[in-house]
Amino acid sequence: MEWKNRADAVIIGGGILGIATAYYLAKMGMRDVVILERGTVCCGSTGRCGAGIRAQWGTEMNCRLAIATIGIFEHLEDELGMSIGLNQCGYLLVAYSAQELANLRSYMKLQNELGIESRTVSLDEAREICPALDAGDAEGFTYHARDGHADPFLTTYAFLEAAKGMGVVCHRKTECTGIRIKYDAAVGVSTSKGDIDAGIVINCAGGYASQVAAMAGVDLPNWGERHEIMITEPVEPGICPPMLMSFSGNYYIQQRPHGSIICGMSPAGHHHSAECGTTWQFITRMSRVLNRLLPATRDIRVVRHWSGLYDMTPDGSPIIGETDVKNFYHSTGYSGHGFMLAPIAGKILAQHLTGTQPDIDFSPLDYRRFARGELITEPNIT
Amino acid sequence: MTGMTYEEKVGNTVICRCEEVTLSEIRDWIGRGYDTVTELKHVMRVCMGPCQGRGCRDIIMREISQAAGIPLDRVEAGAVRPPVKPVKTRLLASGDD
Ligand SMILES: Cc1cc2nc3c(=O)[nH]c(=O)nc-3n(C[C@H](O)[C@H](O)[C@H](O)COP(=O)(O)OP(=O)(O)OC[C@H]3O[C@@H](n4cnc5c(N)ncnc54)[C@H](O)[C@@H]3O)c2cc1C
Ligand code: FES
Repeated sequence: MEWKNRADAVIIGGGILGIATAYYLAKMGMRDVVILERGTVCCGSTGRCGAGIRAQWGTEMNCRLAIATIGIFEHLEDELGMSIGLNQCGYLLVAYSAQELANLRSYMKLQNELGIESRTVSLDEAREICPALDAGDAEGFTYHARDGHADPFLTTYAFLEAAKGMGVVCHRKTECTGIRIKYDAAVGVSTSKGDIDAGIVINCAGGYASQVAAMAGVDLPNWGERHEIMITEPVEPGICPPMLMSFSGNYYIQQRPHGSIICGMSPAGHHHSAECGTTWQFITRMSRVLNRLLPATRDIRVVRHWSGLYDMTPDGSPIIGETDVKNFYHSTGYSGHGFMLAPIAGKILAQHLTGTQPDIDFSPLDYRRFARGELITEPNIT
Repeated sequence: MTGMTYEEKVGNTVICRCEEVTLSEIRDWIGRGYDTVTELKHVMRVCMGPCQGRGCRDIIMREISQAAGIPLDRVEAGAVRPPVKPVKTRLLASGDD
């Protein structure tokens, strides 16, 4: 592939954040956009995720980002000209105590005020939405029909193919090894294949974002947290029509259109981790949860089990914006919801960088908020 | 497959039976630059079926080797994930934790 020594923007990371951002920059008229990916596209968290999309959040910022991103997802196949495997099946959130249900209801009130049509549903209605569900021990449910899930590979490649069509260059197997700085501004990058001068450098390195930030002397408080996930053989549709999720129950379960069931839970203890890997404890506990909630899954076989990193921040909200090093930007720290936020996050950062008013003001997501103590703590996560 | 042109044969030859992917689809994506098992797996689900690629991985690696002009033993096989042999959840649920 052609190697250019200079670019308007260099993006570090070929996950969905880097690629969606490149797509929007090109779409908004930026000429030379280069993506650097040290492995292959989707080899990081993006290719390991559940690809769930929901607007049932507990902070105003996440609600605004999420409902805007759902609006983009709904038209993405037409826009990009490729299938993204979108399945708008709704998220059924399950509460197991009066307190948890009261919390879900208060977030629902916030969501409704922001135009998100989430609602509470009765046990009977929950059974209509998910007939195989055994949730006699549940206290209550909330549901939002426009939530759902997509295929993370297809979505990322759809953005990439559309971006390439507008001249974006993506170098695979090319590692960013340094950020070049002159005075107080980034002027380019060093890579395993040579240097590139750049007007703007964007850190989209996911679970490795703090290492990349450190190349420019910028200190990010991010850390990696390993999350495991598994998938079954394809089975008849209807075992789990909605995305089932519970914060206290610590699970999410979905059935993809091709029939496989994908499910995950958060690790006990939430330890910091830099490596992926799998444990028997996960597969045992997850299978128990699955069998209890959906007894029809008992004879279904698990075919794969893997893990990926959540790129965590102290408040569970992302970091978007410029750093103390001029022209060096971050779009990182998406913990367990970077897949769904990528379209809107890519769009608003590209709007800002091409001189348009962003659809959503992301200045509160500046990384200096941690030093200022202005955290945006998201309660609706497992 | 008698009476078919070469293109028709390639188009109809199913390489990944689990996910019903044909040789021409595989060649098409390799031609678009998706020339690793990992990337082909992502775009077409090859090697992700119940057999986990036992039926198709070798043929796909041979196609990559030919298209990219690299020896077969230098084509990366991609990640093989546990549990390797499909296991019923009820059996997994009965394990120790
Ligand atoms: C098990 C699991 C389930 C999840 N479920 C969901 C979900 O349901 N919904 C949702 O929205 N999100 C989910 N997520 C979160 C989601 O996967 C991430 O937030 C999202 O994929 C982040 O995308 P990214 O592009 O920032 O990072 P990544 O996809 O990790 O991409 C970063 C890329 O940067 C590359 N890179 C790193 N350092 C360098 C360097 N020095 N030079 C060049 N390249 C470099 C890496 O190789 C990597 O490919 C889940 C995550 C996991 C692990
Ligand atoms: S033949 Fe390709 S996964 Fe089974």
